[in-house]
Amino acid sequence: MLLNQFLILGAVLFAIGVYGVLARRNGVMVLMSIELMLNAVNINLVAFGVQHGVVSGQVFAVFVIAVAAAEVGVGLAIVLLLYRNRRSINVEDFDLMRG
Amino acid sequence: MWMLENAFIIPLIPAISFVVILLFGKRFIGPDRVHVVGITALGLVWVLSALAAFQWTQRVEHPPPDAVVQMASHADDHADDHADDHADDHADDHADDHVVVSENNSGDAHGGGHSSPLIRPVISTFSQWWSNGGIEFSVGTLVDGLTVLLLIVVASISLLVHIYSTEYVKDDRRYVHYYAFLSLFTAAMLFFVMAQNIVQLIVGWELVGVCSFVLIGHWWEEKPNTDAALKAFLTNRVGDIGLLVGIIVLWGTFQTFDIDAINTLIAADPGAHHLALLVAACCLMAAVASKSGQFPLHTWLPDAMAGPTPVSALIHAATMVVAGVYMIARLYPVFYEGLSVGTSSINLMAFIGGFTALIGAALAFAQWDIKKVLAYSTVSQLGYMVMALGVGAWTAAIFHLFTHAFFKACLFLGAGSVSHAAHHTFDMRKMGGLKKDMPHTYRTFVISSLALAGIFPFAGFWSKDEILLGSLVGQKNSYPLMLIFGCVVAVMTAAYMTRVIWYTFHGEFRGEGHPHESPKMMTTPLWILAGMAVIAGVFNLPGPVLEPFGLEGLAHRIQTYVEPSVYLSGLGLSHPDPSLTMALVGLALAVSGIVVTYLYYWRRVGLHGMTERNRYAKNGYTFLENKYYLDHLYNDVIVETVKRPIANWANRVNQNVLDRVVDRAGETARDTGRWIYKWIDQGAIDGSVNAAARGADSSGEGLRAIQSGKIQNYGQLLFGSAAVLAIVFVIVV
Repeated sequence: MLLNQFLILGAVLFAIGVYGVLARRNGVMVLMSIELMLNAVNINLVAFGVQHGVVSGQVFAVFVIAVAAAEVGVGLAIVLLLYRNRRSINVEDFDLMRG
Repeated sequence: MWMLENAFIIPLIPAISFVVILLFGKRFIGPDRVHVVGITALGLVWVLSALAAFQWTQRVEHPPPDAVVQMASHADDHADDHADDHADDHADDHADDHVVVSENNSGDAHGGGHSSPLIRPVISTFSQWWSNGGIEFSVGTLVDGLTVLLLIVVASISLLVHIYSTEYVKDDRRYVHYYAFLSLFTAAMLFFVMAQNIVQLIVGWELVGVCSFVLIGHWWEEKPNTDAALKAFLTNRVGDIGLLVGIIVLWGTFQTFDIDAINTLIAADPGAHHLALLVAACCLMAAVASKSGQFPLHTWLPDAMAGPTPVSALIHAATMVVAGVYMIARLYPVFYEGLSVGTSSINLMAFIGGFTALIGAALAFAQWDIKKVLAYSTVSQLGYMVMALGVGAWTAAIFHLFTHAFFKACLFLGAGSVSHAAHHTFDMRKMGGLKKDMPHTYRTFVISSLALAGIFPFAGFWSKDEILLGSLVGQKNSYPLMLIFGCVVAVMTAAYMTRVIWYTFHGEFRGEGHPHESPKMMTTPLWILAGMAVIAGVFNLPGPVLEPFGLEGLAHRIQTYVEPSVYLSGLGLSHPDPSLTMALVGLALAVSGIVVTYLYYWRRVGLHGMTERNRYAKNGYTFLENKYYLDHLYNDVIVETVKRPIANWANRVNQNVLDRVVDRAGETARDTGRWIYKWIDQGAIDGSVNAAARGADSSGEGLRAIQSGKIQNYGQLLFGSAAVLAIVFVIVV
């Protein structure tokens, strides 16, 4: 069925996003990977919405896009401030909370 | 008869006054106004006592049917039991007396024989106090003539002393306490005289003792006063042992504490229990000796003069010290039968009384402190009373108690007035010539001294005469030794009082400053008491004195109203006929004492300076000055011999037994403590706490590795565990 292919696409996109979040050192790349994961979710929402014949899936997707825009704005501001203070956006360098 | 049945109200009033003064005196009433409470209470007590006395006379005059006792059967028993040692005619005489209870037989051969019926005392038992092993201790009042007489005496003297004290202890730093304890003393004394059983008697006895202790030590900042208070208290404790043992013996004999029951039982069967009564009487005599200042326990009484003078007048002259005399009078059948007063011609009580009268009078000559002269005079006069009881002259003793209370209180208050005026000294060497400066004090003092010396027609004359007459006639036998004692003391009393008046009021003033008469608050009580010293004798005038005036119906009022004939007639107590010869001899003795002293001091006749010239006289004087060395005997000999071995032994016990026990206990405790410290405190408790801390530490160390602070590590964990959970979820579902 068509749905399975969308879900597989979503899962693949999500896995790539997770990989990006966990493995990339660049803070901006981490933020972008988070965008990938959010968009994987959007695909799933839209696909399920089509499957069930309702629009709420698409409405949720629009919400997620809006929230993601805000999120990436805040995230990029944090990265910008980090860069100003530490001259680095390598997430490996930020371990002030180490126990 | 309401007052007689509810007599408990009388001691209750000063008791309430005591509480009020003590609790509210300083704050609410004000320290300068507390005497108002005391005087009001005492005024009320006096009115109620007078009412009780009046009702008692009504009861004797018009007895209700249930108050009269028919004693005929008892008299028969008496005749049977004593057939061997009592003459038959004597017993028959009494049988007649008892059978004809209402006949007026004042012209009888018995002189003032019982002309009135035998009146029972009014006994009210309120409730059971407590009970122990089947023995019930009740609480109640017993009111008869003796009680109401003491009520009147205590209330009158106490009221006057309260009034007098407002001036005498003015501005004292413990004014409030002073009045509180005067009230408590009055309450205790009133409670004591209406005790219904001998347990109550002890309570009152100890209460007046403790008030005496507190008031002697009123100015306790000075060591001699504290010592005197302690001496009084401890000497009294010696006698109290006798009191306790005596009462236990009485209980063992009669299985009751009830005074009325004991007296009635003895009166009903006088011959029985002689040995037990002898033991009880001897033990109780020890108590009397301590409380009433009898030889050899009289030594505390002169020292008790350390207290304020009004207290000396109230407690150590008029009321508390007669508690012993009162107890003998109250339990008279015990003493009468125990000591065989009726049949012997000398007995323990008469001898102790007579001897005390003699040595007290002798000591009064060697004292320079006016209060101590009066104190020894009190010892001597108390000896007189005890002697009178010892020879069977019950009424004479109580009559003397009555008159003595007034004139001796007057003398003490007079001495206080003198000291108040003359720079607070009691030393007669610093007085002299006060006659013109203190006319009121002088006159009342002389009147009371004449009463004490026994000069006609003052109160002391009548009571002293009855005592001498009682010794002369006795009961079955006369008491010749007691008569000699009494006569010698009569001379000596007159002589030492004359000496006091000479040194205090005549001659040149030897003190400093300007003496002045005391204020009205002090002289008024003096005059009232002096008035009583003049007229108190009329209460027991012998019949022949009153016959010329047609008043013979008023003769022997104290004998009629006060004597508990309901008990005493069962014992066969008789009264001597009034004797003009004895009265004249007594008067002559007293006058001779005064005359000899007058010549010695005023006219300078006689052996002046003999104590300096004659070795024997000097030794005798030194002997008297040291009060027969009795204090030395008690302190240095008895106390030391008892104290030193006991102290040594106690020290040894202390070192070897007690200390060792304590040491061992200490060591054991120390070892136990160490063990507990080592094994329980350090091992168990600290160990577990440390282990918990170490566990937390190491687990923290272990978990610390995860807390890298790197966000991606957290993410790895998060997604890794989510993946694991997802796999588990897939497999399980």
